[in-house]
Amino acid sequence: MLRFMALRLGRALLTIALVVTFAFVVLRLSGDPAITIMSPEAPPEVLEAFRQAWGLDQPIWLQYFKYFTAILQGELGQSMRDGRPALELVMERIPSTLALTIPALLLKVCLGIPAGIYAALHRNTMTDRVVMTFAVAGFTVPSFVLGLILVLVFAVQLGWLPSGGQESWNAAILPVIAMGLGGAGVLARFTRSAMLEVLGQPYIRTASAKGVPWPAVVRGHALPNAAIPTVTIVGFMIGSLIAGAVVVESVFSWPGVGRLMVVAVANRDLAVVQCVLLLVAMTMVTANFIVDLLYGVLDPRMRGQAAGGGH
Amino acid sequence: MACSTRACAARPQAGGTDMSEVTASAATLPAAASSTAAPPRVRVRIPFGVLAAIAWLGLILAIAVFADLLRPYGITALDLRARLTPPIGFGGTWAHALGTDELGRDVLSRLIESIRISLLIAFGATAIAAVLGTTMGFLAAHFRGWVEQVVLMLIDFQASMPFLILALSVLAFFGNSLVLFVCLMGLHGWERHARIARGLAIAANAQGYAAAVRQLGATPMRIYMRHVLPNIASTLIVSATLSFPEVVLLESGLSFLGLGVQPPMTSLGNMVGYGREYLTRAPWILLAPSVVIVLTTLSVSLLGDWLRDRLDPTLT
Repeated sequence: MLRFMALRLGRALLTIALVVTFAFVVLRLSGDPAITIMSPEAPPEVLEAFRQAWGLDQPIWLQYFKYFTAILQGELGQSMRDGRPALELVMERIPSTLALTIPALLLKVCLGIPAGIYAALHRNTMTDRVVMTFAVAGFTVPSFVLGLILVLVFAVQLGWLPSGGQESWNAAILPVIAMGLGGAGVLARFTRSAMLEVLGQPYIRTASAKGVPWPAVVRGHALPNAAIPTVTIVGFMIGSLIAGAVVVESVFSWPGVGRLMVVAVANRDLAVVQCVLLLVAMTMVTANFIVDLLYGVLDPRMRGQAAGGGH
Repeated sequence: MACSTRACAARPQAGGTDMSEVTASAATLPAAASSTAAPPRVRVRIPFGVLAAIAWLGLILAIAVFADLLRPYGITALDLRARLTPPIGFGGTWAHALGTDELGRDVLSRLIESIRISLLIAFGATAIAAVLGTTMGFLAAHFRGWVEQVVLMLIDFQASMPFLILALSVLAFFGNSLVLFVCLMGLHGWERHARIARGLAIAANAQGYAAAVRQLGATPMRIYMRHVLPNIASTLIVSATLSFPEVVLLESGLSFLGLGVQPPMTSLGNMVGYGREYLTRAPWILLAPSVVIVLTTLSVSLLGDWLRDRLDPTLT
């Protein structure tokens, strides 16, 4: 188990290092940031001063090294637009985003998983088909279309709920629904196919043949085994709590991390973009690491596999 | 893995009777009795939903191919006297069947052009992802060792990052040409193909047929292209069908945010993004492309699900 954890931890750190490298390569080699920020018509001495201030005049490997050490020390640069530390800008947006993504996650889990299990246990019945139709509809309707339709109906036509902003608590209802329904559909499908896969296994037939009552078979044999693929996708959802609302936040003018990211990208605010990128990578990697550990707990075979595949 | 116990056990029992999910529950005893005499698997009964999906996709493809002939107006042609005209049935005229936008541009014409651009991007991107992913998967399965570790690491990296965030950073800083955008979308989903191709190729290598051709002296290229690929193609096709709608959604999402396809070019997401400004005054600008996006992704998903249920029910 220790070796399994060490391997996973190593892989997680490697992924973060890859993201840092990716950020560096993309953000620094895609053009001269001095010109993109200051406009090409700026006087050369202004451009030069800018490059010096941001360390852009140094050799690229030195920039990379400095970049890496700076990030290790939590130094993520300042927003090129308003001069405040990028990390601070991003951090103050996180509560707003979580106020949307956590209820949306609950909606996904509480709606998607039971629906998927139910559909699998009643395969090929009318209920199964209805549930699956909703599930497919749930994730083929893009969140921005669903969001705008919700606005059109509940804000414009009926006037029940606000169409955006963050003034009152009920402003969060529409965005949460717009985000949660799609995810619930995805989860329902995953859970259903995981359950179907498990229900077809010989050990289920054995358990049934031994005379174990069906509810006990489902609870004791089917659900724990079907949990493994479901945990993966829930892990991914937890990992994207911070950045999972990019589109929906834009639809509802919600002042969260996603909105900040879109604005920063449009303004080419390097520091903020890379800060969001790294933060997302870290939450994602942490969530994956936890999921990996859960795998080890849920399925003892995984530990052996990971150790065996590691060399 | 391609052929789980359940899938293999179910096939012989299913015989020619419950080939389609819809008929499975309805056609119980009488159907089974009548079809035992008929040779199995002669005629596949396609459920109505899937037929409708195929019809819609055919229509959309035809529109994309013949866009230049079908378009009544140019996409940038202004008709300032007919600004914000509602569509037919809401007080509009046949001159602008789906209405016009704020500048008097014909919504139908823009919709037709958007369908072409969005489909072009989605097809291009799905093809890139499938080829890239399958190649990486085969490389990992063939060389094992450090090559496999590198591929697995890249898969981990790709899978551990929300693609939208990666795409956003790349797009903003590399500027935005159509070619770059298609390539970027092509990076979405390659890791799923790679994972599947690697797993199936490893399994295939352990099977008799691959070993047999190898013993006969076939080159690895020949083994993978002529023997392994046809055997796992159905699974890969299903997986491509399942990722196609995601690409459509991703493209329209990015274009909606104003960071995808750039004006004067137009795509479905672009139209929705533009129409959002006129949500209260002219909802048709936004609704027409939304309906197309939803119906298209829904159709491909239905088709993909049906193919998967028939070819490889274990795929998720």
